[in-house]
Amino acid sequence: MPPDVMSATQPLLQVEDLKVHFPLPAAGLLRKSAGAVKAVDGVSFTLAAGQTLGLVGESGCGKSTTGLAVLRMQPVTAGRILFEGADITAQQARTGTFRRRMQMVYQDPYGSLNPRMKVRDLVGEPLQVHGMDKNPGEYQDRIASLLKTVGLLPDMADRYPHEFSGGQRQRIGIARALALEPSLIICDEPVSALDVSIQAQVVNVLQELQERLGLAYLFIAHDLAVVRHLSHRVAVMYLGRIVEIASRDDLYRAPLHPYTQALLSAVPVADPVVERARQRIVVQGEVPSALKPPPGCRFHTRCPQAMPKCRTDDPPLQDLGHLGAGRAVACHLHTATGAIPVVAAAA
Amino acid sequence: MAAPLLDVRNLTTRFRTERGELTAVDDVSFSVAPGQTLAIVGESGSGKSVTALSLMRLIPDPPGRITGGQILFEGQDLLKLSDAEMRAIRGDRIAMIFQEPMSSLNPALTVGMQIAEPVNLHRKMPWTQAFEVAKSLLGKVRIPDAASRLQTWPHQYSGGMRQRTMIAMALACQPKLIIADEPTTALDVTVQAQILDLLKELTHETGAALILITHDLGVVARYADHVAVMYGGRIVEQAEAGALYANPRHPYTRGLLASIPRLDSTAGQRLVPIQGQPPDLARLPPGCAFAPRCQHADAQCSASRPLLRTLEPGHLAACHHDHAIDAVLQPPQAHAA
Repeated sequence: MPPDVMSATQPLLQVEDLKVHFPLPAAGLLRKSAGAVKAVDGVSFTLAAGQTLGLVGESGCGKSTTGLAVLRMQPVTAGRILFEGADITAQQARTGTFRRRMQMVYQDPYGSLNPRMKVRDLVGEPLQVHGMDKNPGEYQDRIASLLKTVGLLPDMADRYPHEFSGGQRQRIGIARALALEPSLIICDEPVSALDVSIQAQVVNVLQELQERLGLAYLFIAHDLAVVRHLSHRVAVMYLGRIVEIASRDDLYRAPLHPYTQALLSAVPVADPVVERARQRIVVQGEVPSALKPPPGCRFHTRCPQAMPKCRTDDPPLQDLGHLGAGRAVACHLHTATGAIPVVAAAA
Repeated sequence: MAAPLLDVRNLTTRFRTERGELTAVDDVSFSVAPGQTLAIVGESGSGKSVTALSLMRLIPDPPGRITGGQILFEGQDLLKLSDAEMRAIRGDRIAMIFQEPMSSLNPALTVGMQIAEPVNLHRKMPWTQAFEVAKSLLGKVRIPDAASRLQTWPHQYSGGMRQRTMIAMALACQPKLIIADEPTTALDVTVQAQILDLLKELTHETGAALILITHDLGVVARYADHVAVMYGGRIVEQAEAGALYANPRHPYTRGLLASIPRLDSTAGQRLVPIQGQPPDLARLPPGCAFAPRCQHADAQCSASRPLLRTLEPGHLAACHHDHAIDAVLQPPQAHAA
């Protein structure tokens, strides 16, 4: 279905039960397979046009793999990816026509730009690939306007990446992503490699572009404050699963999953007065290996509220629409009919 | 404040580079009292890590050299000690925790060996006894099943466990001062909270002072008693933590606080970034290093370098215009103590 006949309510991106498993090489001659690392294990979400979905979680939770799978840069084990109404699960990043409409901004502004290419060619490359450089005048104008769009000067086009700071390089990466007028940009930790005083510059550029161009972002990050700042909806991942998804305000104001609560509680606020008054939940231990996720609820080994049931039954992601639009949680404490009263955590 | 444990005066560290000599730490003075936590905050290139390495006299020479100042630790100037005397202090009375728990443990030695080593070296304790100490230290940093862990190797540990091991090593000889350089930057946020809580608790228990080097203003707010903000190799503002956040006086500190999104700020509101780039230490402007990015800068700022002045007891800032700025920007409401 072409984008112009898409109904207004249809999401721009729809991911259904996405699984990305990495099979392990056989350990020994007689054994066939040693299992698989289930990096992404049944993830579903939707993203509306012009909106930002934040994808947060700690290292190894599968958030970056999810991003790569959506871009079709990572083979999918199971599940479906629908983008602008079309099923792109079987397409590949290199050949898929959808890639004009879906671009990526990478984390490392030093590693993601070819040091031997001028800015002009870095930003123009996507246009060249798609044969949009036939009219030299228009092509050069387009590059100049892209640089202006991200707050760089058109006369910087003949410089090389090493002449730029990290923040400026990240702008070049954004200009490159914008070249083909995408409707969706996957941002994988776009500001975490930048100095604190520079992060805000890039965050503002992303925000302005969304307002002006109606872009949607899948914003992958571990910094919960930046995600809150930029997202309309937020999904929290833990060991390959989404454990909670909600609108930004619902999630940050009243997190329901004990992991979300612990994650938010662990982030220090830059104000000693607030910090001293805060009640904190500190979870013990670290994220278990994705090779052998715990049985039952994957978070039960660290959960301060774990019940016997959590050790055996894997809680599904349940729709909790009565607690907020599009809200869903995977936790035995919360059911579709109403929450089981939460036992106060021992001091 | 009690008599300082560490009193750093006019510390200056320079590096010879291909692009000329640069001053990574420029005339830096601060002190730390026993039991207190001082946070040194700054961005990359601000000189915070070089300050930490200078305190330990771990600056690689060449290209680096401490060219001036005093580091008075318990009244004794560390810069006057011989290398052997300094080695006797390192790991004993002053310990350091590094940023990279992955690369700062020796992969060829067991965890127990690495924790026992300083005890054996500094306390002349026989190895069997030193291993007993190591066992109790592993328990103290909450590594479960400490006895059997002594014989394990660093590669078997997760990032958080390695950083716990580093803390156990640092604590081995009950140091008076612990210097932690970005101890949790490589770790996940829930593990960061565990590690910093542990470090704070253990220093509280032993009465050791802690110097916490970080770029994270949230971490500073949660854990520090005093804060020094560094920019371009100098301290630009220094204050008690509460005062710094309630009433920042240097435009750089104000800028930083305004530019970070907070969990409790109004979501979606535009951030106020600091324009421009952090300075290049090899090409520092003659005046205030922050002047090219500062909206209050004038001719005086680009001509002469402002000195760190006491504005209120315990609150210092290096700015020509801190009073004028107050008039322009209404300072945030000071919180009642």
